[in-house]
Amino acid sequence: MAIPVRAAVLFLCLILAACSTAPRGRSAASSVKPEAERKEAPDFSLKDGDGRTVKLSDYRGKVVLLNFWATWCGPCKLEIPWFTEFETNLKDRGFAVLGVSMDEDGWDVVKPFVARLGVNYRMLLGTDMVAQQYGGVDALPTSFLIDREGKIASTHVGLVSRRDYENDIQALLTTQ
Amino acid sequence: MTSRRFSPLSRGLLAGFALACVLPGQIGQPLMVAPPGKIAAPRGGTSTAKIAVQVRAGYHVNSNTPDDEYLIPLVLTWDSSLVEPRETVYPKPESQSFSFSPKPVSVYSGSFEIVTRFSVPAKAPLGPAVVAGRLRYQACTNTMCLPPRTIDVKLPVEIRAQQ
Repeated sequence: MAIPVRAAVLFLCLILAACSTAPRGRSAASSVKPEAERKEAPDFSLKDGDGRTVKLSDYRGKVVLLNFWATWCGPCKLEIPWFTEFETNLKDRGFAVLGVSMDEDGWDVVKPFVARLGVNYRMLLGTDMVAQQYGGVDALPTSFLIDREGKIASTHVGLVSRRDYENDIQALLTTQ
Repeated sequence: MTSRRFSPLSRGLLAGFALACVLPGQIGQPLMVAPPGKIAAPRGGTSTAKIAVQVRAGYHVNSNTPDDEYLIPLVLTWDSSLVEPRETVYPKPESQSFSFSPKPVSVYSGSFEIVTRFSVPAKAPLGPAVVAGRLRYQACTNTMCLPPRTIDVKLPVEIRAQQ
């Protein structure tokens, strides 16, 4: 009996060790990266709800909050009203939000959802290829703050505070 | 080896061991299904399968009956070409509060079982067979969500003559 129980204990320890690696929402940084450390944000071409093609490079010269999300993602839903306010309050200062939905069911679910939440920023339908360009985007929400030069200044995986976003956006708007 | 020879602690440890032997492709996933044991399926009768599920610590999955139309429910489906799934019973969901939601969310976490009752056609071919199932789920933590996933479940059955 002793040997099987020991083996079982060992396996249980391995399971617990594996469980400890469960991802948690985190902020990569509470402030933006120094300019020298920023990497180019991959350009992409996606469709909006009206079928128009939108390129990230169209936004060069603006600070962009690129938010990957989905209708089935509860934490994403909490952030959307914040982003709507940011768009309203900061668009005249050269700021824009781009939402990228990763819903498999496409506009059929996304359009009524964004209408219900009163989203006022550009919404796009994501693709696996674009997600891969941005590191896979396995967890939602995942957001990238992109500076006026088209470089990624900060990354947030999972839900972070509204204050974290505000700090990063203000830093990018005031230093460039 | 019967369970009478094990203390409650040992049984718990062995249950953990069984769940460690998860179906292929599940390593590192937020939800794991233990390979189901073979069930006897009498021709013209019914048989019941229990599917053991383990959600990794720190994660939850939506229940079979989420409160929000946009949330993706946990659903177990079976191929009905060999035996006919009659009823699938899901456990009672937990109502958990999360910082991202103004109201509690109907979820499953930890370990639970899903039970399916099958009826066996009178002319089902005798002998061993495998019933294919698919468990679709969508998992989150308190701060982020993973895309919906589907796990293939293979239920071994032994179809026997009617007694």
